[in-house]
Amino acid sequence: MSNLLKVENLSRSFGGIHANSDITFDVNEGEILGVIGPNGAGKSTLFDLITGFTKSDKGQVILRDKNITNIRPDLICRLGVGRTFQKLKPFADQTLLENVIVGALVKEKNLKVARDKALEIIDFVDLIEKRHHYAKELSTGQRKRLELARALATDPKLLLMDEVTGGVDQRTIPGLVELVLKLKKNGITVVTIEHNMKIIMDISDRILALNQGKRIAFDTPKNISQNTQVIDAYLGTVDAA
Amino acid sequence: MNLISKELLQAKNEPLNYFNKNSLIIIGIVVLGLFLYPFISPSKFALHLLMMIFMHAVMSQSWNVLAGFSGQISLGHAIFFGIGAYASGYFYTKFQITPWFGIIIGIAISAFIALLIGVPMLRLKGHYFAIATLLIGISFQVIFQRWPEVGASAGLYVPINRDSPWLSMQFHKNKVAYYYITLVFFIITFFLVWLLNRSKLGYRLKAIRDQSEAASSLGIHVSKYKVIAFIISAMIMAPMGSIYAQYVLIIDPNNTFSADISILVLLISVMGGVGNIWGPIIGSSILIPISEFSRIYFGGTGRSIDLIIYGILIILICIFRPSGIVSLIPRSFREREKVK
Amino acid sequence: MTSQVIIQAIISGILMGLIYALIAAGLSLIFGLMEIVNFAHGDHLMLSMFSTFWFWMLFGIDPIFSIPLTIILMAFLGVFTHYFIIRKILNSTMLIQICATFGLAVTIRALAQFFFTPDFRTIKNPIIQGKFEVYGVFIGYPQLFASFVCLFAFILLYLFVTKTETGTALQATSQDRQAAEILGIPSNKMFALGWAIGLSCVAVAGSMLSNYYYVFPDVGVNFSLFAFVAVALGGFGSINGSLIAGVIIGIVESVGGLLIDPSYKLLYVFAVYLLVVILRPQGIFGRY
Repeated sequence: MSNLLKVENLSRSFGGIHANSDITFDVNEGEILGVIGPNGAGKSTLFDLITGFTKSDKGQVILRDKNITNIRPDLICRLGVGRTFQKLKPFADQTLLENVIVGALVKEKNLKVARDKALEIIDFVDLIEKRHHYAKELSTGQRKRLELARALATDPKLLLMDEVTGGVDQRTIPGLVELVLKLKKNGITVVTIEHNMKIIMDISDRILALNQGKRIAFDTPKNISQNTQVIDAYLGTVDAA
Repeated sequence: MNLISKELLQAKNEPLNYFNKNSLIIIGIVVLGLFLYPFISPSKFALHLLMMIFMHAVMSQSWNVLAGFSGQISLGHAIFFGIGAYASGYFYTKFQITPWFGIIIGIAISAFIALLIGVPMLRLKGHYFAIATLLIGISFQVIFQRWPEVGASAGLYVPINRDSPWLSMQFHKNKVAYYYITLVFFIITFFLVWLLNRSKLGYRLKAIRDQSEAASSLGIHVSKYKVIAFIISAMIMAPMGSIYAQYVLIIDPNNTFSADISILVLLISVMGGVGNIWGPIIGSSILIPISEFSRIYFGGTGRSIDLIIYGILIILICIFRPSGIVSLIPRSFREREKVK
Repeated sequence: MTSQVIIQAIISGILMGLIYALIAAGLSLIFGLMEIVNFAHGDHLMLSMFSTFWFWMLFGIDPIFSIPLTIILMAFLGVFTHYFIIRKILNSTMLIQICATFGLAVTIRALAQFFFTPDFRTIKNPIIQGKFEVYGVFIGYPQLFASFVCLFAFILLYLFVTKTETGTALQATSQDRQAAEILGIPSNKMFALGWAIGLSCVAVAGSMLSNYYYVFPDVGVNFSLFAFVAVALGGFGSINGSLIAGVIIGIVESVGGLLIDPSYKLLYVFAVYLLVVILRPQGIFGRY
């Protein structure tokens, strides 16, 4: 398997706090990579650095053979990296369909073609009957699917998902997990931030564990579950809480 | 296959845009009525009033395109009205270039100025952008008040030409021509904005307005499109300045580059409904008659009674109907009535 | 051009700047509390000037004695404004907030034109008048007095915000509304207080200005523009920043007018704004 994404020594600090320091990892084509870590570990910052929303102080992000470090977010999207946001960012005053069409327009020049593609993706995320609902009228779980659909519409090779199951009601979690697995089946490489340990252990091929902005482990789920540093990091947060 | 794909198939067969038959018929009748109106009752005041309504609807639409489509709030939109007025007026006065071509020059200069202003302002967000546009708008007024080439504070008097009304775009005997000119611009502008709303550009701009970060994660170059929206907005505004100049034949910094115009277009849009293409028409149809009638009843500038009413109405709208009067109209008459 | 002329310009600039600073401080305080820019701020200043004028015209009360009355009037107006308008648009979009305060500005100015007519008025023979000369530099007593009073009011404001319990509560609300609510600080009352203080600032500035400035319905326009610039320069929400920014603007205005061309005074100040916000969007002293 070849590397789709390589991240080398990626670092960023905000006013003296090292949100990310020297993060190195790679993502293989076709795999699901889980990213775990306690709150404030730097997971979302890592996504922002990879997708160009935050400029890095040091390090490189390489997509296939192309250096995409610190280039504009829209260019990164056009190169085939899609993402969702932890704090959802739907186009609230527009319908689900309109939201997804915006994504589809990246690759499609014709509005009608883009519309049809958007509909297929909405069908893929199981929301077809909600297509004319305004984004603000959808539930949190549905909005997560909306963001996923919107990102998928840009034809990503790599999809970064920030807490797909975070904040949604328990019953909708299995459906969302199933959706992630369906993505993998469709040949999309996925990097997912996840708080639910059971889910992440089940679906990931490999896991990147962060704590206080540093990489503490990068291994298979089995090895991760036995890694003392990871266990400490998590127990540490339980103590603090 | 299963049920879901049937729904998908049905969805794909839906038209891209819905047209509400009833509203299309109503629009058709209204447009026809407006074209025939001068033949039915050519009262000078009524024509003047309608003309002012059309003109302000277009001016507000210009503002609305910027705010409603890309989320940038301008408090200095009179800049482009003034540029339009001065462009046609100056080139006609100095070089006898027909104002019709002057309109095009005005549009071009406005687009260029919008580009010059728009690019450095991209870094500014929210209030910083709004206040910057307010100050730039006033700066234009200050500069034109002191620029001898364009008559400084006295302004430009467009030379009277009675021989070739169409070439000079001056109609002294009968104001009906002005009515038709504004009506045509009004219809064209609204048709173009309606198209914009449904175009790829429109989708991208509305995405930026609602959530600019998400938009850029979907491959939209946010800065570029913000400048494009600013330029389009400026190009809509400029011809109104030119037509106004030909109508009153006096162009001075106080009646063109006035902060009052910048604020008025904002008030009209908010009154009608920001981000809705009918908003400016509705807002203009409510506010403009107030000032025209108060001018009749109270004389002169109407002792600013119109402004008192404007101000109070706007505050009430902000408190009770922030989405504007358009939100009072039942949804079925607006768009996408087939839904739900 | 002699050095005296330049010193004269700098001193006039500083004197005017202190007035801008107090006006800006009120604007900044309101913004810091609820992220609302009061676009009617200049018109509130105009109302304060008219209030001072009418106290003198109708009752013969000199501006230096009517200050407390004007403060009370304006503070009440502030609370009213908050209660009837601002409170209801706190959760609206920025556009609606801008529009509401603009609507207020339009209403106030139009009412002033209606009731007071657009005439220019002056207070004749106030107690404080005349000027004195130091080394060829002329300083007007009213200007000097106005600046001192504004500076004094500014210091009082600063002490209130930093040293008193209520002031600390105000600051807490300004920094984190929810956290302050949890600590038992009612944000709604704090907002009302913010408006009362904000308009008291313009009340003081307005009273003092009317000692030597024309009073007319549009008088507030340029002052409010300068206040916006001062607030942006000083950093939105920073009261201390507005003091320094106000003085900078006063100096830029008068020295720029002296060195280049006085008829473009406004533009120098605007140019400063644009340079600052484009190069350093958080203002000179603002936290990001």
